[in-house]
Amino acid sequence: MTVPRVERPGLYYPKLPATWWLRNANYFRFMLRELSSVFIALFLVVFLIQLHRLPQGPGAYAAYLETLRAPGWIIFHVLALAFALYHSVTWFNLTGVVQVVHLGERQVPPRLVVGASFALWAVVSVVLLWFLLRG
Amino acid sequence: MLTRKTSEPFWWLLFAAGGMVAALLVPVHLLVQGLAVPLGWTSISHARMLALAAQPLVKLYLFALIALPLYHWAHRFRFILEDLGLRGLRTPIALLSYGAAVLGTVATLWVLWRI
Amino acid sequence: MTEETMTLEVTRYRPGHDREPRTESFTVPYRKDWVVLDALNHIKDRIDGTLSYRWSCRMGVCGSCGMMVNGVPKLTCAAFLRDYRPGPIRVGPLANFPVIRDLVIALDDFMEKLRRVKPWIIRAVEKPVADGEYLQTPAQLDAYKQFSMCINCMLCYAACPVYGLEPAFVGPAAIALAYRYNLDSRDEGYRLREPVLSEAVGVWECTFVGECSVVCPKGVDPAAAIQRSKLAGATDWLLSMIMPWGGRR
Ligand code: SF4
Ligand code: FES
Repeated sequence: MTVPRVERPGLYYPKLPATWWLRNANYFRFMLRELSSVFIALFLVVFLIQLHRLPQGPGAYAAYLETLRAPGWIIFHVLALAFALYHSVTWFNLTGVVQVVHLGERQVPPRLVVGASFALWAVVSVVLLWFLLRG
Repeated sequence: MLTRKTSEPFWWLLFAAGGMVAALLVPVHLLVQGLAVPLGWTSISHARMLALAAQPLVKLYLFALIALPLYHWAHRFRFILEDLGLRGLRTPIALLSYGAAVLGTVATLWVLWRI
Repeated sequence: MTEETMTLEVTRYRPGHDREPRTESFTVPYRKDWVVLDALNHIKDRIDGTLSYRWSCRMGVCGSCGMMVNGVPKLTCAAFLRDYRPGPIRVGPLANFPVIRDLVIALDDFMEKLRRVKPWIIRAVEKPVADGEYLQTPAQLDAYKQFSMCINCMLCYAACPVYGLEPAFVGPAAIALAYRYNLDSRDEGYRLREPVLSEAVGVWECTFVGECSVVCPKGVDPAAAIQRSKLAGATDWLLSMIMPWGGRR
């Protein structure tokens, strides 16, 4: 726990309102970025339930897939996909800031690190798509 | 109980791993399972899904895919609430968020175990 | 010919008189080459001598003229009136800091934090002066140079919502400075700074909003310094788990 700061008389202490993230576009984008994790987690829970239905037989599984056809679920998944893509893009952009890569003595320019992350994402996505859609 | 000093790096590493997994893998899974299959663009038969998910390596993959991003969620969710000014409730928020992720991990293990 | 003018809405606060800051409007001549600081100087010289604010170098090196300009932390000696036409321009004290008077904020908290991260070269054993200087290659200099450009203007603290919510947070510039010395090949003080960075209100407090790096006039990128310190701290922690007899460094 942190100790509350001692306020000296005469000074004016500003308070940051809970709506601070509406003050500028960067703050707002930050909130969207953090919020993306909620949608990703919700999708994974839906996926987990799907896996849970799997050993219960083709009937239970098909019934579950049928629920996902409801317009509400489609809207949820469109929204979740948008947030997931936003997460990926922001995440890879920030890896260049966080991860310093050295080649010998020289530091690899962050832009290259970011580029490599996006390339990796593309390759992994294509392989995964191929694996899921095959046969 | 872990002190904040020793627990923060632990949760942060799980957060970072989960964020990476989510960034690399989740969009494709979302596209296929959330949209392509329900909208009938493609289909994955029950038999094939079952055969796939029964393989140990695939199970390991599914465990990482589902469990790790839960910690990514827990970490960010905790700080969203704190950043929205709920700083008086820091400890309960942290317990609730990370606790939910641990619960999700156990659930994932249980579901995969039974396949 | 009527002279072109611009309106400045300046935050005023008189300690002992006002419960809260209020806004006062001033009309100043518009000049293409004037910065907000010139306009404030005009107000102080010609309109109201009681207006209080800090400044010194007028060339973006002393870091004392930081204020909120239209809600964004800026060096007022580098914020041109022409970029805010037609106005009005809102000028306020740096956000998140206690206000002493008008546009003057209290620095003590920041100064204390700077001291706490020990921003100087620490050696396990100083070598005698007679043995000459500590040499450094250009690559070793490059490793930390960006983080050594800080002018302590505190714009990054004014941009940081985490600092606004948690005044105990060590904050962007101080962590960037600690990181700068940790990166310095001549320095051996990592272990001494680590406790400050890894404490509850150190690097783990940061949620990587990233606005500190956006507003920094010197391209320091404190957000990067904080995230990399987290990575270093987490790696240290992991190593200490795997090898309890001692991690790296
Ligand atoms: S890091 Fe940048 S914004 Fe922060 S005090 Fe230093 S120069 Fe100013
Ligand atoms: S007056 Fe020195 S930085 Fe602006």
